[in-house]
Amino acid sequence: MLILDCPYCGTSADETELSPGGEAHIKRYGPGSSDTDFEGYLFGRENPKGVHFERWRHANGCGKWFHAARCTMTLEVFGTYAAQTFEPPQEIKDKISAKRPGWSWRDFS
Amino acid sequence: MAQKDAKVQDLSQESVMFMKRYSAFAVAREAARYHSGWERAWRSPMPKKSYDVIIVGAGGHGLATAYYLGKNHGITNVAVIEKGWLGGGNTGRNTTIIRSNYLQDPSAAIFEKARSLYETMSQDLNYNVMFSPRGVMMLAQTQSEIRGYLRTAQANALQGVKTEFITPARVKELCPIIELSGPRYPVLGALWQERGGTARHDAVAWGYARACSDMGMDIIQQCEVTGVDQADGQVTGVKTTKGDIACKKLGVVVAGHSGVLADMAGFRLPVESIALQALVSEPIKPCMDVVIMANTVHGYLSQSDKGEMVIGGGTDGFNNYTQRGSFHHAEETVRALVETFPMLSRLKMLRQWGGIVDMTGDRSPILSSTPLGGCFINCGWGTGGFKSIPGSGWGMAELMAKGSSPLTDAFGLNRFAEGRFIDESVAAGVAH
Ligand SMILES: Cc1cc2nc3c(=O)[nH]c(=O)nc-3n(C[C@H](O)[C@H](O)[C@H](O)COP(=O)(O)OP(=O)(O)OC[C@H]3O[C@@H](n4cnc5c(N)ncnc54)[C@H](O)[C@@H]3O)c2cc1C
Ligand SMILES: [Zn+2]
Repeated sequence: MLILDCPYCGTSADETELSPGGEAHIKRYGPGSSDTDFEGYLFGRENPKGVHFERWRHANGCGKWFHAARCTMTLEVFGTYAAQTFEPPQEIKDKISAKRPGWSWRDFS
Repeated sequence: MAQKDAKVQDLSQESVMFMKRYSAFAVAREAARYHSGWERAWRSPMPKKSYDVIIVGAGGHGLATAYYLGKNHGITNVAVIEKGWLGGGNTGRNTTIIRSNYLQDPSAAIFEKARSLYETMSQDLNYNVMFSPRGVMMLAQTQSEIRGYLRTAQANALQGVKTEFITPARVKELCPIIELSGPRYPVLGALWQERGGTARHDAVAWGYARACSDMGMDIIQQCEVTGVDQADGQVTGVKTTKGDIACKKLGVVVAGHSGVLADMAGFRLPVESIALQALVSEPIKPCMDVVIMANTVHGYLSQSDKGEMVIGGGTDGFNNYTQRGSFHHAEETVRALVETFPMLSRLKMLRQWGGIVDMTGDRSPILSSTPLGGCFINCGWGTGGFKSIPGSGWGMAELMAKGSSPLTDAFGLNRFAEGRFIDESVAAGVAH
């Protein structure tokens, strides 16, 4: 079972306590943007086999949204971090680099 | 080693020319000589340098595409490339429900085409796929489900797909082991498709593989595609673990790995890969001769010819490539089904497994050309694409041969940019 540490309340929460919120760090495009950008924002997904960044909510706990860095191929969790950021913290990126040298995800690496 | 390979090659060439048909006579003949004369159902050649068409993925959809390229369009210089063993993806992991009671017209067209092809598949392929049109019932357990299914029944009447909305009493008559009265969700009726049913999943893949091989196509297993070669926006071939292979056209038919292949070809897809799981019980005497889907409680059930109760449930909510689902989903599914089928509570579950399904936003598939010239994609069948294998192959082959097909035109990638969705969340909101 997938277990994520909630960065807010500190609980080591298992999957039944969490609700998945899909791909993280999606840039929103609104009125005035190009069709391609708008389509990409609504539907285009990385869906990587490997390192992935996601949004999760500690639904049956403190209720807060947070981010998780995970491997979709091994289900290994690299770490969780606060929701109020456009980019994973350096510390988490370093952790991933140690385990998956040369990884990249969108503009992050 | 080289010598051994050469021998295999020779044998394989021989069988192209003398592929024997299966028949009652053949069974009797082989019985008389201790079954020593059965030959391999398909050749296992090494790849040639180039092909007219390469299909990536030897699941049902990839193999059916190759089959209809040959049968309907005379294109037989084709290779189907598979990283594992053929039929080892979702095709060999699914619960084999076949039905065509969808809401939207483009869906009804391709799913009913597929269902009708299943009716004669064993004869067409000379391979027993054990199609069993035992009837499929989708239970209505809430008021909104009643409304949804009444609407679907009417849509189906207009589409020429035979379905009807039946009463709880009729449900009980068709399936005596069902508990109608709840406790949480009483059975209020059902959408019934009499000619829906099941088929043997492996046999569908094997039957197509044998027929493709017989037409001279190469099915290359244990060969992973690792890159897509292109020049001037046109596909020129693929890189594989057995070397580079050139092609004029490329069909990507890899279900859960569609995003990985799209990445190699240089475009993004509106698809997410997640795990869907199923489980089977110990075999018991025949107790249920229909297929039942209970979408509100997320579970579906049929009895296999061996007597096992075949159970499928919900998908995980997060991206996953591991081919195993979360335990609590299996638990929820079983809990829900025990409510509707109390006799299940005494059964031991024997096996559980998962497959990686490719989900689109509108729960409809993508059969489309792509931003890369000559490269076509067939994916997004998600939790429900076993039933569509022949129809999908038929349409995809026409699309690849002619550039367009009445079966697939509505399922183009451009529908997401244009907001022209084919919303099947009622028909396919739950796994099936
Ligand atoms: C548990 C479960 C239950 C289901 N129940 C039903 C049901 O009852 N009814 C129904 O209609 N549908 C059902 N489905 C859905 C159905 O199984 C799929 O939609 C369908 O089988 C997809 O077929 P496919 O040929 O597209 O994919 P697959 O059968 O998955 O074939 C894709 C192939 O591509 C290969 N591949 C991937 N990457 C590469 C690469 N790089 N190089 C070479 N080869 C590659 C894979 O190894 C695989 O063999 C279910 C699915 C699951 C998982
Ligand atoms: Zn918390």
